[in-house]
Amino acid sequence: MSEITKTASPATARPLMKTLLPWIGFFILLLALPNIFSSNVGLYTMNLMGIFVIFALSYNMLLGQGGMLSFGHAVYFGLGGFMSVHFMNYIEDGDFTFPMYLIPIFGGLIGLVFGIIIGSFSTRRAGTVFAMISLGVGELMAASSLIFVAFFGGEEGVSGDRTTGPDLMGINFGQDIHIYYLIAGWVFVTVALMYLFSRTPAGRMANAVRDNAERAEFVGYSQRKVRFVSFCASGFFAGIAGGLFALNFEIVTEENLNALTSGTVLLMAYIGGVGFFIGPIVGAVIFTLLQSILSNYTDIWQLYVGILFVLTVMYVPQGLTGIFMMHTAAWRMRRVGSLILPYLRAGIPALAMLTGIAAFLETIHHMRSSVEGETAMSLMGVDFDSHSFVAWIVILALVVVGGYLTRSQLPQLKEAWEMANKPPAQREGAGS
Amino acid sequence: MTAAIELQDLRKSFGPTEIIRGVNLSIADGERHAIIGPNGAGKSTLFHLISGRYNVSGGTVSLHGENISNLPPYEIYRKGLSRSFQVTNIFPNMSVFENVRCGLMWVHDYKYSFWHLIDRQKELNERTAEVIEEIGLTSRQHIPAGVLTYAEQRALEIGIAAAGGADVIMLDEPTAGMSHSETDQAIALIRKITEGRTLVMVEHDMGVVFDLADRISVLVYGEIIASDTPENIRNSKAVQEAYLGAEAEE
Repeated sequence: MSEITKTASPATARPLMKTLLPWIGFFILLLALPNIFSSNVGLYTMNLMGIFVIFALSYNMLLGQGGMLSFGHAVYFGLGGFMSVHFMNYIEDGDFTFPMYLIPIFGGLIGLVFGIIIGSFSTRRAGTVFAMISLGVGELMAASSLIFVAFFGGEEGVSGDRTTGPDLMGINFGQDIHIYYLIAGWVFVTVALMYLFSRTPAGRMANAVRDNAERAEFVGYSQRKVRFVSFCASGFFAGIAGGLFALNFEIVTEENLNALTSGTVLLMAYIGGVGFFIGPIVGAVIFTLLQSILSNYTDIWQLYVGILFVLTVMYVPQGLTGIFMMHTAAWRMRRVGSLILPYLRAGIPALAMLTGIAAFLETIHHMRSSVEGETAMSLMGVDFDSHSFVAWIVILALVVVGGYLTRSQLPQLKEAWEMANKPPAQREGAGS
Repeated sequence: MTAAIELQDLRKSFGPTEIIRGVNLSIADGERHAIIGPNGAGKSTLFHLISGRYNVSGGTVSLHGENISNLPPYEIYRKGLSRSFQVTNIFPNMSVFENVRCGLMWVHDYKYSFWHLIDRQKELNERTAEVIEEIGLTSRQHIPAGVLTYAEQRALEIGIAAAGGADVIMLDEPTAGMSHSETDQAIALIRKITEGRTLVMVEHDMGVVFDLADRISVLVYGEIIASDTPENIRNSKAVQEAYLGAEAEE
């Protein structure tokens, strides 16, 4: 992944344009998105996505970059949110003057402060010890939030108003589109900063400590301090995400710093792929989509997310980004095309099987949760009776036939995969 | 002149078992010193004690006259002692280039900086490229270190250890498991890379030892039974009995 080129040429040989291109694309995408998805639901979803993108990336500074498995990352997110919403209220009360759009800074600072405090002892060890401490601190904070009502607002949380304070060129962020651009701006800046962090000595050593903590000590680095630096930075960015959450929803509750949110960020980072910088971005986008779109269609969307997570852990530990990245070798050799047909041949039956499984789950759920005697249900536009024999035969057939056909296609898929990835030397001439 | 490394009555126990039983050893500045001995004699343990991986149970380790016993490994490294490992110990998911660069960052004074962009540090990257050139991995510098061949990983291991310019280099069985031609290359590399520095190595291959070392110490059951020039070691009766004899029994 190193961008360094040949021995003779200096390190800056990588053209600036090539480095900047993805960022320019990212910037344009952020600007363009609300024009494509201009509905209220679209904006709501994208706002949430932006917040989760920052949160998941900050989490990956621990898990993917630093090898620290945290079960309590919501602490920094939630504290950032609470701090921000309190400052929003101070501004509203006229206690002091501060532009509302910079509020997430306070979230970041409180995240950083708590990162320093908690990191000072939790980063002593990696692995299980670190994970257990993070879990404990997470539970401690969640419990405190119901005890210290003055700060955490008890069960109803703390609410604020983002439209007060000095505005930005007449914009007071009352509308969703304004808050979208505000979040987009923060997303762009923080994503860039987190990327740049990974390209600094501290960021590089975080990877080294993740790979081999012992060896890092024999090149002059204390593994504990390396982890500590990452931990603090991670807390800072999680706090910023929390601050944006406060601005966006104008309310922060105990739920924002409890184990559920900590679990969510872990799911997002892992599903997206912790081994890649953009992995958590992909994960946050997909998770938010599932959460806000799938939940419109089914009550058991969380079950699907759970299944997706388990499947990811079992079969593609590199995450969804990893699946794409697996194709880079074939892509370079221009052989991805040869994979399309095998993918379709295995993918269509697999889709049928998945549909069958989903139908099975939905029908069971319907039978259990619907009103007594109500058996008519609708799935993907198909109306049927959940107690009818035919419906169950169809579901069973989808699962069994789909599963069987998928299985029968796997050998030829594997063969096609190996063909596509065979080093060019074996086919003709020498490769690049 | 103070010795580069001075061990005084060094002891290490694991529970009731004493592995290192009062080692006294002085290694002069600029010397190439080999430690040999039968399996289980405590050679690697001795290395771990000197480099800070293990805490000592008794006695002292001095580096250039300064007591470094029980300092953490990174402190010892910063004082100018760097080591390699018997079992390849690299950063497997990072590129070869990054592996070497990790070995250079501290001595280039970057510490835990998060305000320098690593790819813009011209001097650091140039020096990294030089080291990679020296260990002969220039054509492999962009691939993850974990997929290198065994011999290449050994070379990288030495490269990381030597990159930082520490004045005492410790190599733990640098040629273990290598073929003849690979061993020859490794010896040439070690010779080149430790030029003008103090080298301490553990080695099983007697050819390598007698070829490289200025002095040899023989460690048997946690004690140094002889420390002398290769010539004298080869002719020493005690060594032949204790070491070569033990070797024959195995």
